[in-house]
Amino acid sequence: MPSRMSIRAPLAVLLLIAALVVGAARPAAAERLLVSNEKDNTITVVDGRSLAVIKTVRVGARPRGIILSKDGKSLYICTSDADHIEVLDLDSLAVSRTLPSGPDPETFTISPDGKFLYVSNENDNMVSVLDIAEGRITSEIPVGVEPEGMGISPDGKTLVNTSETTSMAHFIDTASHEVIANVLVDSRPRVAKWTSDAAQVWVSAEVGGSVSVIDAVRHTVIKKIRFAIPGVATESVQPVGIALTNDRKLAFVALGPANRVAVVDAQTFEIKKYLLVGQRVWQLAFSADEQRLYTTNGVSNDMSVIDVPALKVTKSVPVGRLPWGVVVAP
Amino acid sequence: MRVRFDPRTVICAISGLACLVAAFSAQAQMAPSVSVPPVPAAPVPAAQPAPVTSVDLAYLALAVKRTLPLSYLDQPPSDEGIQGARLALADDETTGRFIHQTYHLTEAIQPDEAAVLDAFKRLAAAGRKIFVTDLPAALLLRIADLPEAKDATFLDATSEDDMLRAEGCRANILHLLPSRAMLADALMQYLAVKKWRNILLVSGPEVPDKAYAEAIRHAAAKFQIHIVQDKPWTYDPGARRTDTGHYAIEAEVARFTQGISYDVLVVADEGGNFGDELSYRGTDPRPIAGTQGLVPSAWARPFEQWGGTQLQSRFLKQAGRWMTDRDYGAWMAVRTVGEAAARGGGTDPKILGAFMRGADFELAAFKGARLSFRPWDGQLRQPVLLADARSLVSVSPQPGFLHQVSELDTLGVDQPESSCHLE
Repeated sequence: MPSRMSIRAPLAVLLLIAALVVGAARPAAAERLLVSNEKDNTITVVDGRSLAVIKTVRVGARPRGIILSKDGKSLYICTSDADHIEVLDLDSLAVSRTLPSGPDPETFTISPDGKFLYVSNENDNMVSVLDIAEGRITSEIPVGVEPEGMGISPDGKTLVNTSETTSMAHFIDTASHEVIANVLVDSRPRVAKWTSDAAQVWVSAEVGGSVSVIDAVRHTVIKKIRFAIPGVATESVQPVGIALTNDRKLAFVALGPANRVAVVDAQTFEIKKYLLVGQRVWQLAFSADEQRLYTTNGVSNDMSVIDVPALKVTKSVPVGRLPWGVVVAP
Repeated sequence: MRVRFDPRTVICAISGLACLVAAFSAQAQMAPSVSVPPVPAAPVPAAQPAPVTSVDLAYLALAVKRTLPLSYLDQPPSDEGIQGARLALADDETTGRFIHQTYHLTEAIQPDEAAVLDAFKRLAAAGRKIFVTDLPAALLLRIADLPEAKDATFLDATSEDDMLRAEGCRANILHLLPSRAMLADALMQYLAVKKWRNILLVSGPEVPDKAYAEAIRHAAAKFQIHIVQDKPWTYDPGARRTDTGHYAIEAEVARFTQGISYDVLVVADEGGNFGDELSYRGTDPRPIAGTQGLVPSAWARPFEQWGGTQLQSRFLKQAGRWMTDRDYGAWMAVRTVGEAAARGGGTDPKILGAFMRGADFELAAFKGARLSFRPWDGQLRQPVLLADARSLVSVSPQPGFLHQVSELDTLGVDQPESSCHLE
């Protein structure tokens, strides 16, 4: 926001405002939520406080994976059928730049220093390394069949890529671009998420119906979490999105066509609760203060809002058709 | 013999774990825009180095000369089936590279039955135990009943015969494609959901047509669909190509459908001899379903969901044509072996065969569900697509058809009704 940048308020005032904001427990004060709509070729921008739609931005064909730049000023969008990445400027809410991605980019992750995007190219069994400033692919890393999920360690040294048909999590050294370990998980792994302390990587298997918790040092599966929901066919349980709280106490797992988000104790791996959300729940994102969790629901074309302390679904927000990814921007 | 020699695997066998990184750098150096530094000392994962083991498969097929269908647009490809097996072999090998397994597929596609029998005996004598087959039902049973086949596993990649899942079932055969009963159930479930409950059944004169029609009758009764008339198609198709022949055909179809009140015409014409000529020509405007029109099938050209685009495009790139049901069946067969080898923890054919049939087996085959074999008749349980030539219409089982074990078991002959009890 330009206005915010121009005001040079004394530090004390800023601190006071911050204290008030926290004290009043207003979640998601000035946040904006960005949702990619795979079918509509749009990004829906939602006000984090009022949950009203601010704008619907038309982008390239089939936007799926989205991620925020490290400075919070841009949104990178995998526009899969356009075979490139688009950069949405979050001030003007217009696409400002296009980056190469390799064929059919589905999803990606960003290096902690904000300089590189690691992109999975489903069609050619490669992970492309994209230098954002230079706007070119500097390297390609061969992986398994149909690379998908991407997760980078907090120190940026290790990248985990999942390959859907090979059913593995590949651990890649980001300095040498060598694969250092391969861990077999259940069928069609989709998302890889590191815990904040870098001790574990959680990998969801959509068709296998499980989440594998991998010891990030020993590269072994230490726990396979399975989900049994009374009255829901086991085939419908298809884990995709994963969100882990920073204190590593809770994990949320989106279960696809089971229309539920599982709440998991991230220490004991016990399932605490299933939250009924919209249809075909796909990806998840926390508000910055982790008071709220947002879900994209691909079939019901909406976003569910979960009150994290209460573990309750409080609202559903209509967005575009086939919402895929969700990101929270400051 | 399609046996691949990969120098990297030999190195792996000798040096154990470090080969993993070596295999990768070898690959990376082949890729264009990449400059890779010399291989560093590999950070050693916790697992123990394992020697490379090999999974040996054979593809046993009878080359059938298929008759020209009515529409000249889709000619039966001569490499149907085997192309799917080759693609799955490449997928298995990619996974195998990471877990010290190699795969070898021996292709034995023979011109006549005697040659198929000979090829089987030769391969069995050479120690092959896993066979992916594209054979007519009678020949498949003849081979599966040979003494040499006692410890073998046959993955029937292409048949839809209900008989092979019933009185003709065998403990050493698994079936990849949906049976006719499953296809018919998938269609009838959809008609029930649409409340299109009255059908006109039209069946062709060939043996497969009659089997398809029988499956439709059974499924209609199961899902309370009323067959208002059950009529055989008796017009001789005659010459396929005649100038101004369309006048006669239009009149024939109009006469055939006159005075019958129905919602959908369901046609049983597996050879494609007349079914394509029923649309738009009846007395009343009614949709066509069955072997033409809205078709229940394992795979379909317009199918793109659950990552299906990936398989379609990989196949198209390899084979230079679209994937058919039979290609898909063979792809699933070879992937089944790959999954069993990767997860069953070995390459011993006996262990593999047992693992495929077990409760822990699951196959991801771009249908948004995990597929497994029904233990009582060896049939792969799977969703069935409903598509026309240009679009995917629906996928069965339809929501609301419930089952105590798996909703996928609402398609086909369920355990209590089955005359096959392998368990």
